[in-house]
Amino acid sequence: MALEFKMPKLGESVTEGTIGRWLKQPGEELEQYEPMLEVTTDKVDTEVSAPINGTLLEILVPEGETVAVGTVIARLADSDEVASTGASNGATPAASAAPAQGGPANKAPISPAVARLAAEHAIDLRQVPGTGAGGRISKKDIEAFVAARKAGQASSAQPAAATTSPDATPDSTLATAATREVEAELHQALQSGPEALAQADAAAAMKQPQPASGDTFSTAQPKAPAAATLGPDDELVPLSPMRRAIADHMVRSKRTAPHVTTVMEADLSRVVAHRERHKGDFERQGVKLTFTPYFVQAVVAGLQAVPIVNASFGDDGIVMHQRLNIGVAVAIPDGLIVPVIKDADEKSLLGLARAVNDLAERARSRRLQADDTQGGTFTITNHGVSGSLFAMPIINQPQSAILGVGAMQKRVVVVSENGLDALAIRPMCYLSLTFDHRLIDGATADSFLGQVKRTLEQFQ
Amino acid sequence: MAELSLIEALRAGIDESMAADERVFVFGEDVGKRGGVFRVTEGLQAKYGPWRVIDSPLAEGVIVGACTGAAMSGMRPIAEIQFADFIWPAMNQIVSETARIAYRSNGDWNVPLVIRAPYGGGIHGALYHSQSVEAFFAHVPGLKVVVPATPYDVKGLIKSAIADPDPVMFFEHKKTYRLIKGEVPDGDYSVPIGKADIKREGDDLTVITYGLMLHYALEAAEQLAQTDGLNIEVLDLRTVRPLDTEMIFNSVRKTGKVLIVHEDNLTGGIGGELAALIAEHAFEYLDGPIMRLAGPDVPAMPFAATLEEAFMPSPERIAAKIRELAAY
Repeated sequence: MALEFKMPKLGESVTEGTIGRWLKQPGEELEQYEPMLEVTTDKVDTEVSAPINGTLLEILVPEGETVAVGTVIARLADSDEVASTGASNGATPAASAAPAQGGPANKAPISPAVARLAAEHAIDLRQVPGTGAGGRISKKDIEAFVAARKAGQASSAQPAAATTSPDATPDSTLATAATREVEAELHQALQSGPEALAQADAAAAMKQPQPASGDTFSTAQPKAPAAATLGPDDELVPLSPMRRAIADHMVRSKRTAPHVTTVMEADLSRVVAHRERHKGDFERQGVKLTFTPYFVQAVVAGLQAVPIVNASFGDDGIVMHQRLNIGVAVAIPDGLIVPVIKDADEKSLLGLARAVNDLAERARSRRLQADDTQGGTFTITNHGVSGSLFAMPIINQPQSAILGVGAMQKRVVVVSENGLDALAIRPMCYLSLTFDHRLIDGATADSFLGQVKRTLEQFQ
Repeated sequence: MAELSLIEALRAGIDESMAADERVFVFGEDVGKRGGVFRVTEGLQAKYGPWRVIDSPLAEGVIVGACTGAAMSGMRPIAEIQFADFIWPAMNQIVSETARIAYRSNGDWNVPLVIRAPYGGGIHGALYHSQSVEAFFAHVPGLKVVVPATPYDVKGLIKSAIADPDPVMFFEHKKTYRLIKGEVPDGDYSVPIGKADIKREGDDLTVITYGLMLHYALEAAEQLAQTDGLNIEVLDLRTVRPLDTEMIFNSVRKTGKVLIVHEDNLTGGIGGELAALIAEHAFEYLDGPIMRLAGPDVPAMPFAATLEEAFMPSPERIAAKIRELAAY
C-alpha cells in the first residue's frame, strides 16, 4: 500500500508545476512538514513538504518535467506501514506502480484526436495541462494550448532589462513574468537535448513540425536552428528553467516591440532629504525605507498623467489598463524575478515600502506565490544598485514601457535661482525609459518621464 | 406557412400526394371510415373515396403483401400498420419479398411502397403499443428506414417516401403526433431520404439521435447551455438507413465526442452501427469514448408508470450522460 502524492495547486491561477528538484530520493525517510521537493510554477520556486511521516517510495515525475496540478508525482509509504508491512490505514492505494523516469507524466489516456493534433502542431503533450477526467488532456486543452502559443508568438513575449548583478540588493534589476506557455516551449527545448540549448528562438522552431517519434507524448521535437558546439575544453552548463525563461523572454520582447530608450536626469535632493527624515519613523514600524518606493510613487504620478504608458499593444487595439500594478525587478542568485505591487496608486509611501520589503524578501527566499508575479502593467528596474549609470532595459511584455533607474551620484550641476547661475553638488541619477514605439511616441514618452522626474525633484 | 402538429403535417403530406398522383392509395386497419386510430388519414376517405383509402382486415401480412403486389403493378400504396408492435405478421412479406423484389428480378421489378407505423413509448401503451422496431428493418438491405421527428420533416419525408421507387419503412413516434408542433410550408416540398439534419449547432459534443429522443436531446442541450455553458450539437438522423455518414463524420470531426441516444433497446440498436462506423472512419478525431444512451435490454415496455419512466431516456438522463462525456 502506498500513498499517491499529487502536484499541489500553488496559486489561484496555477494549473501546472515543474519539478525543480527532488530533495528526497526513493528510499529516504520523510518527516512530516520537512521539505520534500522544489516546484517551479512560472517563475516562482516553492518548497513542498512531506505530508506524512514515512518513506519516499518512488518518484514518478523527474526533475525538470512539467505536469498538471493533481498529477501523481510520487508514491509515499506511511511509517506505520513501513513498520508493519501491508497494514491498511485507509490510505489511497497507488493506481499505477510504473516508474516514470523520463517517461510521460500524465498517465491519463491520449485520445486519437489529441494524438493527431499533437502531431499536426508538433506539440509535446507533457507541456499541455489536462482538464479532462483524471487530468486527461482533452481536445479542447490542446486547441487552447495551440491558440495560446499562436497568440504568444504574435503579440506577447517576456521581460526585460539591462544589466544584472548576482549580488545586487533586493530591489534591483531586470524583469520577468513568464507565461506558462512560454515556459512550456522553453521546457521542450530542454527536452530536445543539447542541440536545442543554443537555439535563440524556441517559438519559431516550434512551427516546424518534425516527424513523430515513437513516443506518443513527444510526437515531435523543435528543430534547433543552431547547435551549441562544445570544444574539448568547454563545459556545458545546463540551463535552469529560469535561465531559459529569461533568455526566451528577452528575445521575444525584442522581436515583438520596437524598443526606443529616452533618458532624463533627476535631482534627488528632496527624496534623499525626505528619506533621511523618515527612515527612522519607518524603521520603528518595522519597515526598511529604500529609494524604490519613491520611484514607484513617481511612476504612479507619471502613469496617471500619461495613461497610454500603462497600456498593452494588441492587433485589435490598445488595451488601456485601469489598475496600476507596478513590477519591481529583483535579482536573485541564478536570475531575476519581477514581483508586482498591485494597485500601487492606492498605497501610501509606507504601504509601498512595506510591499517592496515583503516582495523582495519573499523573492530572495523563494517564497513568492505564482500570483505575486502576475498582472503587472509597468516595470521598474533598479540597475543603479550594481553601479550602472544608465541602461536600456528590455520591455517586460506585454507591457509598453520599463523604467531603468541608474546609480545615484553626487555631481556638480548648474542651478539657477532668481536669475543667478551657481554651481552646486546634488545627488543625481539618470532615468532611462524604454518604450514600445508601436503605441508610444517620443514626445509622449518624454511627457511621462518628465512627470516622473518632476515628482521626484519636487517630492514633499 | 402554418404551425401544424406532426400529425397534421403528415396528413397534409399524404393528402397532397394523393391529390397530385392518382396511383397513391392508403391501405390499413381502420384508416377509412374512422380515419385511423390516431386520425392520420381523417377525412381522406371522404375526399378521395373508398377505393383510395381502404379499410383492411386485421391481417398485417395481407396489408403488406397486397400493397407489395399493387406497387409492383404500378400503384403507389401507403400501407398503414396500426401500431409498429403489430408489424410482425408482415415480417415475412417485408423481408423476404418486399425488400428483395428489385434484387431478385435484377431490377426488372421494383416496389414503390411506403409502410407507415406509429412506434415508441412514453404514452402508457405497455407491451403491445410501445415498441421501437426500426433496428430490425435497418438490418435489411433493400429497405429504407425513415424516422422523422418534426412536422416539417414528416411532411417532406412522406412525400419523398411516396415518390421513392423502392420500399420505405416510415416510423412516426406516436408521442410526437400532437406534442410536437412546428412551422410547415404550404404546398409541395420534400426532404430527401438519407439526409440527416443538424437541429442544433455546437462544438463541445455531438448528440446523434432521432424520433422523440431528438426533442429530449434538444431540451437537454438547451438546459446545459444555461447551466453548464456547454455547446452541444444535436444531429437528427431522420433516416436510419441509409445513414448520412458524411454529416455524421463531419460533426464528429468538429466536436470529437459522440453520444448516441435512442429509445430502442441498447443491444443491436442503431447506436451500435453508428459507433462502429464512427470508430472506423473518424477514429483520429475522437476525443472520448463513443457513448450510448438507450432503452434497457428488457423484453418490452412495462405497463407500470414508474417502470415506463425508468425505461424511457429522459432529458435529465440525457443531460447527465452529456455531462459525463463532456467532462471526459
